[in-house]
Amino acid sequence: MNPQVEAAFARLPEYFAWHVLLSASALGLGLLISLPLAVAASRNRHIRWPVLAGASLIQTIPSLALLALFFPLLLVISAASEDLLGYGFSALGFLPALLALTLYSMLPIVRNGTTGILSVDPAIIQAAEGVGMTPRQRLLQVELPLAAPVIMAGVRTAAVWTIGAATLSTPVGQTSLGNYIFSGLQTENWVLVLFGCAASALLAMVTDQLLGLIEAGAARRDLKRAALGAAGILIGVIVALTPLISFGKPASYTVGAKNFSEQYILAEMIAERIEDLGGEARMKEDLGSAIAYRALASGEIDVYVDYSGTLWANVLNREDNPGRQEVLEALTKELAERDGVLVLGSLGFENAYALAMRQDRATALGIESLDDLARRSASLTMGGDLEFFARPEWTAINEAYGFNFRARRSYQPTFMFRAVTSGDVDVISAFSSDGRIAADDLVTLTDPRQALPPYDAVVLIAPGRVNDARLLAALRPLIGAIPVEAMRDANYSVDRDADKRRPVEAARALSQQLGLD
Amino acid sequence: MADPRIALARVTKTYGAHQALADVSLEIAAGEFVALVGASGSGKTTLLKTINGLIVPDSGEVRIEGEAVAALAPHLLRRRIGYVFQEVGLFPHLTVAENITITPKLLGWDKPRRAARAAELLELVALPQEMGLRFPAALSGGQQQRIGVARALAAEPHIVLMDEPFGALDPLTRDGLGDDYRALHERLNLSTVMVTHDMTEALLLADRIVVVADGRLIADGTPQALAASTDPEVAALLAAPRRQAERLRARLGEIA
Repeated sequence: MNPQVEAAFARLPEYFAWHVLLSASALGLGLLISLPLAVAASRNRHIRWPVLAGASLIQTIPSLALLALFFPLLLVISAASEDLLGYGFSALGFLPALLALTLYSMLPIVRNGTTGILSVDPAIIQAAEGVGMTPRQRLLQVELPLAAPVIMAGVRTAAVWTIGAATLSTPVGQTSLGNYIFSGLQTENWVLVLFGCAASALLAMVTDQLLGLIEAGAARRDLKRAALGAAGILIGVIVALTPLISFGKPASYTVGAKNFSEQYILAEMIAERIEDLGGEARMKEDLGSAIAYRALASGEIDVYVDYSGTLWANVLNREDNPGRQEVLEALTKELAERDGVLVLGSLGFENAYALAMRQDRATALGIESLDDLARRSASLTMGGDLEFFARPEWTAINEAYGFNFRARRSYQPTFMFRAVTSGDVDVISAFSSDGRIAADDLVTLTDPRQALPPYDAVVLIAPGRVNDARLLAALRPLIGAIPVEAMRDANYSVDRDADKRRPVEAARALSQQLGLD
Repeated sequence: MADPRIALARVTKTYGAHQALADVSLEIAAGEFVALVGASGSGKTTLLKTINGLIVPDSGEVRIEGEAVAALAPHLLRRRIGYVFQEVGLFPHLTVAENITITPKLLGWDKPRRAARAAELLELVALPQEMGLRFPAALSGGQQQRIGVARALAAEPHIVLMDEPFGALDPLTRDGLGDDYRALHERLNLSTVMVTHDMTEALLLADRIVVVADGRLIADGTPQALAASTDPEVAALLAAPRRQAERLRARLGEIA
C-alpha cells in the first residue's frame, strides 16, 4: 500500500471515533431541542414563523464561521462563569464544535417536524379528542407516530449535514476526519485530503442508509425494519467509539501544532520523544495561531512550539523590542507568573521575517547585512509577500536602515521565490526557517540594528505539566539542538513538489541527523 | 324523577357576528334516540359538540347524568360519551382491534379485558373476528364506519353522539348500518343524539326529531307529531320525503 495511505489509515480509528462522537452528540442534542420546538411551532401560529425563520437564518451562516464564532462567545461566557461561580471551562475543542453543529442540525428537524405534525388529517385529530385523549396523549399516541416518517426524513438530512460540517471542527481544536483535510491542504498532500473526504462521505452515506431504514419502518409501520436501523446506528456508534476509551488514559500527553509544516514536524518529534520514554502521545494539529496558546494555558494541550515574537506581541501585548535575549527572559518570567506556563527554552533557531537574496548576487554586490543592502538599495528591486509592506516589521526596518528601493512588488509566496531566483527582483521577504531559502540557494541578511523582532522557536509546557519529570526529560535534549539550516531542510522535504516526505518522516530524519534519536 | 341523561339550559354560542346557538334548552331522557335536523349552518353540529365539550358555550349550562359538563375535565367527559362522525377518523397506525379499544385503554383496562371487549364489539357490529388484526386502510367505507361505531361503544357509554354518521356511505350500506345501529341502541338502552341533514333518515331511525334553524329549536316531537305540524318551515322540511315516498309508492305499485 502507498505509505501515505498507510499512514492515513493508522490515524483513522482516532479521527473516526471523534467524528462519530461529535456528530452523534450534536444530532442527539439537536433532536432534543428541535422536537419540542417543532411541537410548539405546530401548536402555536405566533411562534411558528419566528422559530422557522430563526432556524433558516442559522443555516445561512457559513458553517466554518458558525464554528469560529462560538470560540469568542464561549470565552466570554467562560470568563463570566469564572467570575460568578469560580469555575470556567475551555472555549476550545469539543464544546464549540458540539454547539455549532447542534444549531446547524436543527433546521431540517424543526421544519419537517412542524410540517409532519400539521399535516396529520384533522379527522384523526378530532377522533383523538373524541375518544378522550389528553393533549399529551394525542401528541404521543397519534400525532408523533403519524408524523414519524416526515420527521425521520428531516433527521436524515440533518445527519448528512452534520457529518459533513463536522470536518470543519478541526480549526477550533476538535479532532475529526477534518484533520486529514486541513493538514493535507497545508502540506499540499492531496492523497490525505481525498482520504478525509472519502471517510467522511462514507460515514454520511452509511448513516443515511441506516436512518432510511428507520424512516421506511416508521412509514410502513414495520417495527422490525425500524429496530434493525436503530440497532445498526447504536452498534456503529459503540464500535466507532471504542478507540476513545484508550485515548482517555491519564498517562497520555497531547502535543499541539499550528497549521504549517514546521509545526507538524516539531510536534511529531516531540511526540516521538515522549513515546520513547514510555509515555503515550497524541496530536492536536491545525490549531489557529491565537487558539494554540490558550489551549496550552487551559491544559487542553500539554506541549507545543511557539515563537517568541508572536507571544511577545499577541499574548503579552508588547510593542517594543528590547532584544532577543531580553524578550526570551521576560517571556519566561511573565508567562510563568501570569499563566503558570513553562517556557522550557529555545530550540536554537528562529522563524522570523528576514530579507533574502540570491547567494551569487549578494556576493557580487558585497551585501551581507541590511546596512549593506541600504547602501545599494537605490539600484535594487524588493519583492514582498502580499502583506509584508503593510506589516510593522517593514516599517521597523525601513525606519532603522532608510531603504530607498528602485521598485517594490508584492507576490503570492510561491511566485515571490520564483521572482528572486529568476532575477525579476533582487531581494525578498522570507521566513528564516523556510526550506526554500536553502533549496533556491538564497542567503538571509543579518540585522545588526536588531530592527526585526526575534522569533525564537520556544517549547512551551502547560501549567499542569511543569513538574512532570518524564515530559521534561523527553524534551530537554531538544533545547538549543536544532540549527536553522537543519530545520529548513526538514521543512523543504515536506513542502517540495517531488519526493515529498510526510511530517513524521521528516521528523525522524531530523532527529537522526542531529543525533537526537 | 331521575336526572335526564342530557340537559342543555339556555345555551348560547356566538362566532363573531354569527349566532350559532341562541338560548337553546333541551332535555334528553335515557333510551331516547333524538335526531337533530336542519340546514347546513343551522347550529345542529355546534349543539352536538357542546355535549362532549368539543365546543364550550358562551353562556348557559350543559349537564350529563346530572353533572355539569363545565366542571368535568374534557378528556374524562369524552371517555364517558361515544362519538361517531362522518369522516370516521380511525387511527391508521393502529390495528382495528386497537382502534376499537382505544378508550378502554385510556381508562386503564388490562389487556385480556380489552381483547375480550374487542371480540365482543366486532360481533356486535357484525364483522368477522379476523378483521381485528387488520389496519383500517384495508377496510371498505362501510366496514370503517362499523368500526367507528364499535369504537364509540367500547367503554360502555350511556350516551352516543353521532355527526352525520352515515353521510359518506352508499345507500345500501347506509340502510343496513342504520338499522343495525338502531337495534344496538335498543339493546344497550343508549341515549343517542344524531345530527343529520337528511329528514328521511331522521324519520326512519329516531323516536324524536328536533328541528334547528338559525341557532334555535323550531320544532321538537315524534315523527308523527312533526308530520301533523302546521309550521311552514317544518312542513317544507317534510315535503321532500313525502314526495319521495309518494313517487316510490306509485312506481313500485306500477311494477308490482
